[in-house]
Amino acid sequence: MITTSALTKRYGPVLAVDRIDLDVRAGDIYGFLGANGSGKTTTVRMLLGLVLATSGTITVQDRPMPKHAAQVLPEVGALIEGPAAYGHLSGRTNLTLLDAAGGAPRVSARGSGRPDRARRIEAVLEQVGLADVGRRPVRTYSLGMRQRLGLAGALLRRPRMLILDEPTNGLDPQGIREIRELLLALNRDGTTIFLSSHLLAEVEQLCTRVGVLDRGRLVVQDDLGRLHAPTGNTVVITPDAAPARALLGSRVLRVAGDRLVVHGADPAAVNAVLVGAGVRVRELVAERRTLEEVVMAATAPAPAVVDRHGNTDVQVTTDAQVTTGPFGRSADTVERREEAS
Amino acid sequence: MIAVELSKLYRRPRTWAALVLLVALPTVVAILLATTGVGPRPGQGPAFLSAVLSDGSLFGVAALAIVLPLFLPISVAVIAGEAVAGEAQAGTLRYLLVRPVGRTRLLVAKLVAVFAFVATAVLLVAASGYVVGKALLGDGSVPPATFSGTSLTPAQIALRSVLAILYVMLSMMGIAATALALSTFTDSPLSATLGALALLIGSSLLLTLDAARSLQPYLPTRYWLSFVDLFRDPILWRNVERGVGLQAVYVVVLLGVAWANFQTKDITS
Repeated sequence: MITTSALTKRYGPVLAVDRIDLDVRAGDIYGFLGANGSGKTTTVRMLLGLVLATSGTITVQDRPMPKHAAQVLPEVGALIEGPAAYGHLSGRTNLTLLDAAGGAPRVSARGSGRPDRARRIEAVLEQVGLADVGRRPVRTYSLGMRQRLGLAGALLRRPRMLILDEPTNGLDPQGIREIRELLLALNRDGTTIFLSSHLLAEVEQLCTRVGVLDRGRLVVQDDLGRLHAPTGNTVVITPDAAPARALLGSRVLRVAGDRLVVHGADPAAVNAVLVGAGVRVRELVAERRTLEEVVMAATAPAPAVVDRHGNTDVQVTTDAQVTTGPFGRSADTVERREEAS
Repeated sequence: MIAVELSKLYRRPRTWAALVLLVALPTVVAILLATTGVGPRPGQGPAFLSAVLSDGSLFGVAALAIVLPLFLPISVAVIAGEAVAGEAQAGTLRYLLVRPVGRTRLLVAKLVAVFAFVATAVLLVAASGYVVGKALLGDGSVPPATFSGTSLTPAQIALRSVLAILYVMLSMMGIAATALALSTFTDSPLSATLGALALLIGSSLLLTLDAARSLQPYLPTRYWLSFVDLFRDPILWRNVERGVGLQAVYVVVLLGVAWANFQTKDITS
C-alpha cells in the first residue's frame, strides 16, 4: 500500500533521507521507528506530498505520489508532527471547516459525502472520546484533547489508510490504551496503518511490521514476529553461575551475575546437562531479542552490521545490552516531554 | 474552499477589529469638522476635506483619502500576510494540503478572501463616511465644487464615487499581492506583513525625494491618491489610467511569484 524506491531527500548539504525502500502492505500496522532527527517526519511528509523528494519514487494506494495526490489523499488520513487547529474555534467547527475545505463529494460509496458531514463529525468525535467537549474553543483544550481532535480529523473521511506521526503523544496511559484499541479495531476493519514513533513499547504492542530509520537510512524492515524469533541461544538463570560456566565451557556466550547465555536452541537439552551435573537452575528460556535490542543493534554505534550483509533484513549476531541511547528509557523521556509541554 | 476561507476570515475577531478601526478614524475626523467647522484650506490637508464642509455626501471619498495612505494598507497587509504564513505557523497548512486541497486552489481561495476583505473595508469606509457626512456635515445647500471649480450633480458624484471605490480596491490589491507573495516564503505572518509594509513605506519615502524622480512612475504608491482626479471636471484620466496599469502589473507579477513559489515549496511547517 506504500512502497518507496530509493527515496532520497537532501536539504542542501544534509542528506535527510537516504535511498530508503519502504514496503508497507495492505492490512499492516507498520511501525516506523527512529530517533529524533533520523528522517521520520521528512519521510512521512514526502509520502503525503508535502515535501518533494530529491530523487526516488513513492507509491501510495498503488498510485504514484505526489502526482496523483488528488486521488490518493482522500483515502488517507494523516496526523503529522502533532495536531493543529484554529484555537479560537471549537473542535466541531474545526472539523467542519477541515471537511468542507476538501470539497466533499456529494455522494460517496463509503458514506463520506457532504450530506453526511454532521453525522461523520459526531461519529469521529465519539470514536476519539471527544463527544462531550461541546463548544469550547480549541485553545482551552489540553494537549491530549488536541491529539484526539487531530486523530478525529484523520478519521473524518473514513480513510483506507492512516499515516500517523506519534499518535499517542500527550495522552495519559488511559488515553494511550483507548487510542491503541481504536487503531486495532480500525485495522481489523481493513484500515492499513503506518505509525511513526520513537516509542518502542508502543510499536511492540501495536505493530505487525517494523521499519527502523537511522540517520536517514532504513536499517531494519521486517515482520515483528521474525524480529522476535528465538536467537538460537538459551538463557539460564542459576545461583551456581561459576560451576555452570565451567560445565558448559565454550558454549557459554556471556555471563552477567547469575544470568548465562548459552549457545543452543533447546532449553531442555541445556537443562539436562546442568541438572545431570547437579547444577541448580532457577529459570531457563529460549533467548528472544526485544525490539529494543534489535533496534540498538541496528542503529548503534554505526549501522555496519546491515552494510556487511548488504540488505536491510537484520541478521544481528552480536549482543545488545545497551539500555540508554537514542531510544533508551523511552517511557521516562515521554513523561518529561509531556510535563514540559 | 473559497467559502471556507471566507468563513474563516469573517469568524476572526481581528477582522472586525480592523474594520472598526478603519471606520473610526474618518468618523472622528467628521465629528471634529462638524463641531469646529474648521476645515483645511483648499489644497491643503487630506483630499476633499475642504469640500465636505459644503457637501457631506463627498465625505465618503474623503474618508477613503484619510485611510488610504496608512490605515487601509496596514490592515490589508496584516490580513494578506496572514494568508499562507498564518496557516503555516498554526500548523494547519499541512492538514489543509493533505485534506487534500490543491496548492493552487488554496492560493486562489486565500486571494479571494483577501480581496473580500479589501472590498469590505473600502465599501464600509466609503459607506460609513457617506452616512456620517450626510448626518453631520454640509447638507448640500451650497452646490458642491469640484477641484476645477465647477459643480457636480448628485448622479455624477455617485458615478465617480463608484469609480473611486473600484480604483482604491485595485490599489490595495497591489499591497495585498505583495503580502500574499511574501506569505508563501515565510512561516511567520508578521514577517510577511512587515515586508509588505516596508515596501509601502519605502515607496512613500522615495515619492518625497526629488532625486528618485526617475523611479517614481514605477513605485506602487505613486498613483494611489490619483482617484482624486476622478472628481475634476472634466475627469483627468491620465494618472488614473497609469495607476490601473501599474497596479495590474504589480498584482500579476507578485501573484505569479506567489504561485510559483508555493507550488514547489517543501511544506516543513
